[in-house]
Amino acid sequence: MANLVKVKINGQEFEAEKGTLLIEAARQNGIEIPAFCYYEGYSLQAACRMCLVEVEGTPKLQVGCTLPVDVNRDGSPMVVHTESETVKSARKGTLELLLTNHPLDCPVCDKGGECELQDMVFKYGAGESRYSETKVHTPEKQWSPVVFFDAPRCILCYRCVRACNEGMGVGALGIGNRGVIAEIIPNKHDHLECDECGSCIDICPVGALTSGTYRYQTRPWEMNHVGTVCTHCGDGCKTTLGVRDGEIMRGNNRDRSGINDEFLCVKGRYAFDFVNHPDRLQSPMLKNASGGHDPISWSQALDMVAKKFSEVKARNGKFGIIGSNHTTNEENYFLQKFARQGLGTKNIDHHRTGDLATLFDALSGKNDTLASVGDLYTAKAVLVVGNDLSQQHPLLANQIRANFRHHAAHIYTVTTGEVREDKQSIAKVRVKQGGELAGVESLREQLKAEASLVILFGDSVQGDSLRKLVAFGDSLGIPVKYIGLVDYSNSRGAFDMGIIPRDGGLSREQMLAATDLDVLWVVGANPLKSATLASNAFVVVSEMFMTETAKRADLILPAASAYEKSGTVTNVTGEVQKLKPAAKVMGTKTDLEIAGSIAKEMGLNLGIWLPDKMLEEIRSTVHGYNVPMPILSTGGAAPTQPLNGRVAALPGTIASSGDTLFTSGTLGRYSKMLNSVMEAPGALYGGNK
Amino acid sequence: MAKVLYNEPSPLETLVISRNFRKEGSETLDGYLANDGYKAFLKAKEMTPEAIIEEVKTSALRGRGGAGFPTGLKWSFVPRTSPKPKYIVINADESEPGTCKDRLLMEYDPHQLIEGIIIAGLAMDAHKGYLYIRGEYRFIIEHMNRAIEEAYKRGYLGKNICGTGFDFDLYTHSGAGAYECGEETALLDSLEGKRGIPRMKPPFPAVAGAWACPTLLNNVETFATIPAIIRDGGAAYAALGVPKSGGTRLLCISGHVNKPGVYEVPLGYPMMKAINDIAGGMRGGRKLKAVVPGGSSCPILRADECDVPMDYDSIAKIGSMMGSGGMVVLDETTDMVKFALRIMRFYAHESCGWCIPCREGTTWLRKILQRFDDGGGRKDDVRVLGEVSKNMLGRTFCALGDAAAMPTISIVEKFSEDFDKRLAMQGSGLVTING
Repeated sequence: MANLVKVKINGQEFEAEKGTLLIEAARQNGIEIPAFCYYEGYSLQAACRMCLVEVEGTPKLQVGCTLPVDVNRDGSPMVVHTESETVKSARKGTLELLLTNHPLDCPVCDKGGECELQDMVFKYGAGESRYSETKVHTPEKQWSPVVFFDAPRCILCYRCVRACNEGMGVGALGIGNRGVIAEIIPNKHDHLECDECGSCIDICPVGALTSGTYRYQTRPWEMNHVGTVCTHCGDGCKTTLGVRDGEIMRGNNRDRSGINDEFLCVKGRYAFDFVNHPDRLQSPMLKNASGGHDPISWSQALDMVAKKFSEVKARNGKFGIIGSNHTTNEENYFLQKFARQGLGTKNIDHHRTGDLATLFDALSGKNDTLASVGDLYTAKAVLVVGNDLSQQHPLLANQIRANFRHHAAHIYTVTTGEVREDKQSIAKVRVKQGGELAGVESLREQLKAEASLVILFGDSVQGDSLRKLVAFGDSLGIPVKYIGLVDYSNSRGAFDMGIIPRDGGLSREQMLAATDLDVLWVVGANPLKSATLASNAFVVVSEMFMTETAKRADLILPAASAYEKSGTVTNVTGEVQKLKPAAKVMGTKTDLEIAGSIAKEMGLNLGIWLPDKMLEEIRSTVHGYNVPMPILSTGGAAPTQPLNGRVAALPGTIASSGDTLFTSGTLGRYSKMLNSVMEAPGALYGGNK
Repeated sequence: MAKVLYNEPSPLETLVISRNFRKEGSETLDGYLANDGYKAFLKAKEMTPEAIIEEVKTSALRGRGGAGFPTGLKWSFVPRTSPKPKYIVINADESEPGTCKDRLLMEYDPHQLIEGIIIAGLAMDAHKGYLYIRGEYRFIIEHMNRAIEEAYKRGYLGKNICGTGFDFDLYTHSGAGAYECGEETALLDSLEGKRGIPRMKPPFPAVAGAWACPTLLNNVETFATIPAIIRDGGAAYAALGVPKSGGTRLLCISGHVNKPGVYEVPLGYPMMKAINDIAGGMRGGRKLKAVVPGGSSCPILRADECDVPMDYDSIAKIGSMMGSGGMVVLDETTDMVKFALRIMRFYAHESCGWCIPCREGTTWLRKILQRFDDGGGRKDDVRVLGEVSKNMLGRTFCALGDAAAMPTISIVEKFSEDFDKRLAMQGSGLVTING
């Protein structure tokens, strides 16, 4: 039970848990003690001296961010003043000192308008400065394509150093020189070699660290902020996109909404730029005699597809449908409904990157066995099997690091090479690909002694070995939860919505290999990148870019990206979140609109193809998806429990694409920023692929 | 060959820790043994750790690094029964301007220091010590290494010291030239191979010091005093000084005196007597203007304040500090503007940059003083100097900010006429702005 003590702040008596930092105790009761260097979740610095307060009985001002709340020796409550004349003049003095070497170039500073130093000076600072000497100036430096550093603006709060070292586990930032010329320095003398995640930029209270993609582009107040979900990996980070005149200017999550708090990786923060890539398809295209494509109108295109589909359906021809890892649940649900009910085919599949079918089957009949993103932060122990999490699942890796930092969680790794989680692990096991289970088995005694465990595993554990892994978990005699890792933003949703060849349908490989396929309909996927189509099928592709598959298509339909539509996606841990449209690209349609329009042209009655209507249908028909609407509508993440008895084995192969932090399947190829920061794979990025 | 001495001794000195300094071969183990060397250690070996600490408490010894914290009390804070290894760390980062005593203790009597360290090891149940020596003392590091090597060879360090079964290893570690690393926690960070930045306290080094283990950290002079305390008894040592400030200490008298040097005097020795009788009086018979009593961090004393006994409490009573024993004597020809500037150039250069008030404040003060000295002074500057210093005072992360603020505040308050004189000269056209 919490040990509550009384504390008196500004004449009001409050209760706070003994040992709470004064700055937090005040904050909990609506009293602001200003600070730059104090940052929740990171180590204490006591460097900025903004949080000095008066504590009765102590002659000197006390540092609010390091002072634990306790009763005085005589048992009386601590009496604190945060707004006394002494405190106010100390703050004023500190701000005056801070501004002595600050360039005050606010009119051209990216941070102007959302700068903590500006706000503090406005609220607590003096109207004029007594400083009349020259300022220390050093030229601005570019550390990487996305990170710029302007030392004179820096107030040395060391937030960036901690975000990089403690938060990201990278430690690419440090401090050089001393005294007034002390400054933040990058790990490689004059440049950064790191995750390029941009956490340092976001956490900077001033405009010292600025983003290569955002700097000098706009003023903060010119943007609207759209909270949506990152469309790259499967972790489902909330990203708040700053949008000006329909153009996405930046991504961050400073409002700490979503399951990722303010965490974002390089993709979530910067890789929205594919949206405006000049190669975006903006008109339907029809294959011409020379093998190229000519633009046609939407009405011509839809008419052509509908006629073709109707004709093949009428003669009982063979359809093959390949869905996407990135499209919304609503689109996926509608697509499989279209296939099964509209076209009467079971041949529907997507690029499966993790063996969810076997996992769900092995777990059938068990309750509470799927872990959430939040569970990774609170779990007593975490076992990572066969995945380089910090490369492929940056948010999950971040949760585990934070769990270790704050709760000293026990981390175990069983991987083929060095991974970042090793640094926090209490046991690491190196195995050859395929030897994962033996590696896990070698940890049995240690794992048995844990209170509870979350096991994360990649695509190297599938089929029989996955069943054995679950049997291993069962045999430990402790509560075990699982996360079956899948690659993309809606990989999990695609599976749950039924973009799978169940009940005897053809798998993706089988469709491509079939010589008698009449129609291949590919929605947001690129199967022909590494395979060939054996048949002479009529190929319809809805895509954003001219991929290998689109090149082969008889008809290409330009599709909208996830940042341009409404709907929901399900992340790797089965949490459903809502997308909000941020941008608009002329000429494109969402995949729901495309499929719906084809259905309409064909005269099929598949329901009203609006995202909200489709979600209603999903909630009432897909097991485990009856998620609470208030959570979804307010931007929250609603957990699903899709376990529903036995799941039959599916044909086809399962393989992760092995994306790194700096690649993202097809989308990654069209992000100028991602390509510019591409790092050579080094020891840190050994990975499993 | 006759021994080269640092300064002529004074008959008025009370020799305790410097008693061997002038003796031939004092820096060698044989020289030390000929003068009761390592006898205190053997005596301490027969005592319980509690008794050793009690003896140190009785001696009323206070830390000689500058803060003057009672040594025995500090020793009693170290959790001796902790299962973690305990460390002894010796602060030989002597960098307070005006201070030059630790180098003599290491140069002329290194074994006295080593003996003090291993006695502390006995009391703390510690078996490893680190002697952190400022990088500029390269020759002293080599000198100490020779002494340590000799001690190892003859069984006064290493395994089973003097057959007592007690093991102790002592290592020297070179600083890299930062004043800040004389602050005990910054020293520990530096010792651990990190950037030398002070740590948050608590925990204090006694509980979590070097490598987060219990650590006893004292100044060279403090450790060098231990053998005398154990040998002659804490009470005898305490009796040399005044209540609450026991024994003797080395006084480094520099500045405008006839015989600057390092002299050992009992605590409570009258300041004017030290200047006039020990240090041979003012140079050229000039008038005394001011005294910095214990290193440049201390508030400066006007001549009329200097009739004071030199012990921690008496000097504190008149608003200054005993500090590190670095006494700087200034005569009437001293320009206090230049003096303040010289001090502030040091602190601005040495500020580690960790916290805002010290990092920005020292440089601001330096720039004002530089401009003032260059002839660009303004009437307002004196007020701003005082106010900015007061903004720093007590608000910085460590004591470096205070060390820069305190002398400045005292100079502008006590010697404002020097600033006024400069302003008047500017008006007369005698000086021009050259900055």
